[in-house]
Amino acid sequence: MSALLSVDNVSKRFRGLVAVDRLGFTVPEGSIYAVIGPNGAGKTTLFNMIAGVHAPDGGEIKFAGERIDGLTPDKICRRGIGRTFQIVRPFPGLTVEDNVIVGALLHRHDVADARTHAHEVLRRLDLYDKRAQRASSLTLPDRKRLEVARALATGPKLLLLDEVMAGLRPTETDRMVAILRTLNAETGLTILLIEHVMRAVMALASQIVVMHHGAEIAQGAPADVVRDPAVIHSYLGAEDV
Amino acid sequence: MIARLTEGLTARALVLMGALLVLALAAPMFAGDYLLTVLILIFYFAYTGQAWNIMMGFAGQLSLGHALYVGIGAYAAASLFVHFGVAPWLGLLVGAPLAALAGAFIGYLAFRFRVGGVYFAILTIAVAEFARVGFDHFTWVNASSGLFLPVKQYSGNDLWHLRGQPVMFYYLLLAATVAALIGCRLLLTSRIGYFWLAIREDEEAARAAGIDTFHYKMLAVVISAAMTSFAGVIYAFYYNNLFPEQVFHISRSIEIILAPIVGGIGTLFGPILGAFILTGLAETLTGALNAVGVDIPGVKQIFYGICLLAVILALPDGVWPWLSQRLGLKGRGS
Repeated sequence: MSALLSVDNVSKRFRGLVAVDRLGFTVPEGSIYAVIGPNGAGKTTLFNMIAGVHAPDGGEIKFAGERIDGLTPDKICRRGIGRTFQIVRPFPGLTVEDNVIVGALLHRHDVADARTHAHEVLRRLDLYDKRAQRASSLTLPDRKRLEVARALATGPKLLLLDEVMAGLRPTETDRMVAILRTLNAETGLTILLIEHVMRAVMALASQIVVMHHGAEIAQGAPADVVRDPAVIHSYLGAEDV
Repeated sequence: MIARLTEGLTARALVLMGALLVLALAAPMFAGDYLLTVLILIFYFAYTGQAWNIMMGFAGQLSLGHALYVGIGAYAAASLFVHFGVAPWLGLLVGAPLAALAGAFIGYLAFRFRVGGVYFAILTIAVAEFARVGFDHFTWVNASSGLFLPVKQYSGNDLWHLRGQPVMFYYLLLAATVAALIGCRLLLTSRIGYFWLAIREDEEAARAAGIDTFHYKMLAVVISAAMTSFAGVIYAFYYNNLFPEQVFHISRSIEIILAPIVGGIGTLFGPILGAFILTGLAETLTGALNAVGVDIPGVKQIFYGICLLAVILALPDGVWPWLSQRLGLKGRGS
């Protein structure tokens, strides 16, 4: 498996605060990677750099062999990176279907064509029956899946998911996990997710990157990472004293 | 293209629109001079409202300076006609690109430097005001003393030179309104339309979905500005006089946005309905007051204010979304 995304020695400072500190990892094509860490560890900043919202202060980010750091979000999306937002932001006044059509139109010029594709994506995300509803009328779990649907409709090679499980009930979490696994298995889509819900992380990720204070403190297979003393200390918490 | 025009519209909506069109076409046959003048105003505002709606209703960019584009179209066509006898349709070929250029200038400044929301609106006002002051000193178009088109008694209608009876202007504006409605419907149901709506709803999310928001916002301004300039050409040749103080004045810009607000921002039929409600009722009101011997200056403005208040309080989405639901005409964007 070749590296689809490589983050190399990347840093980002906001005035005095070092949000991301010389972070590096590579995500092979077709894999599911998770980034975990306590609040304020720099996970979202890392995502925003990959997605083009912020340019890194140092280091480089390569996608499919080409440098993408510093490109604008729309250019990065056109290269094949789809993203969701931590605080969901579907287009509230548009219907569920139209939300996804917008994504599908990125690489399609015909609206009817895009609609057909949008329907496929909506079926995958269990939203087909709600396609005529306004996005603003959806419940949180539905809105989270709509975010994924819209990002997916742009036809990404890499999907960045920023806490899509947060606020979901366990059954909803399992549903999302199942959807993402199927996607990964059937389409070979590479997924990089930020997640706090360990239940989802353990079920999905083949590799975990743990961040703390902007830096990586552990990286490896889920079973190893959760036993790492540094990770337990800074994030997971010890069960016994 | 025909399929895309009618797709999602109920048969009832199509029949109703056909009936309205027939009525509008036949109107000059039974309308007196006064009513015709009112109808001309209505379609002027329906057309300009539709053009403004592209920016605000579709792409979510608030322009409070659309008088700029009216003025550019008006002055371009009128001055070329007065100085060189150039037909207004050819003048439009100069005016529309100039208006588009002015729109592109404002758009570039604002969108490149991330000036949005209220600040963008202020920028549009500022440029329109610059134009007003500039034209006040622009001697080639007679500066503040005004540009007058030669007027004589016309027996026939010269469509090429736009010299003729009010009824000619009525049909021109009606045709423009219908064309704008069709054009906007096609735009809204196309890729561009979807991207505009996405930008209107959430610009950052739109960018994350791969949309080059700068490009599509520029398109909205340029199309809207060029469309609006045509109304300026009609304005100049209908009224036969142009004063910078009047044409570019901010109250002209505000007038343009009232109809779509009352009718429903972002809807296709809203600007037309809003123009009928506002201009139609305001003129009826002044007429009725005159008939009973009451003449209150500014009653129209007060009426506009009341209308706006009523709509904002009772139907914040405008009258059209509510009315279309009542009439059973549900369909996307219609």
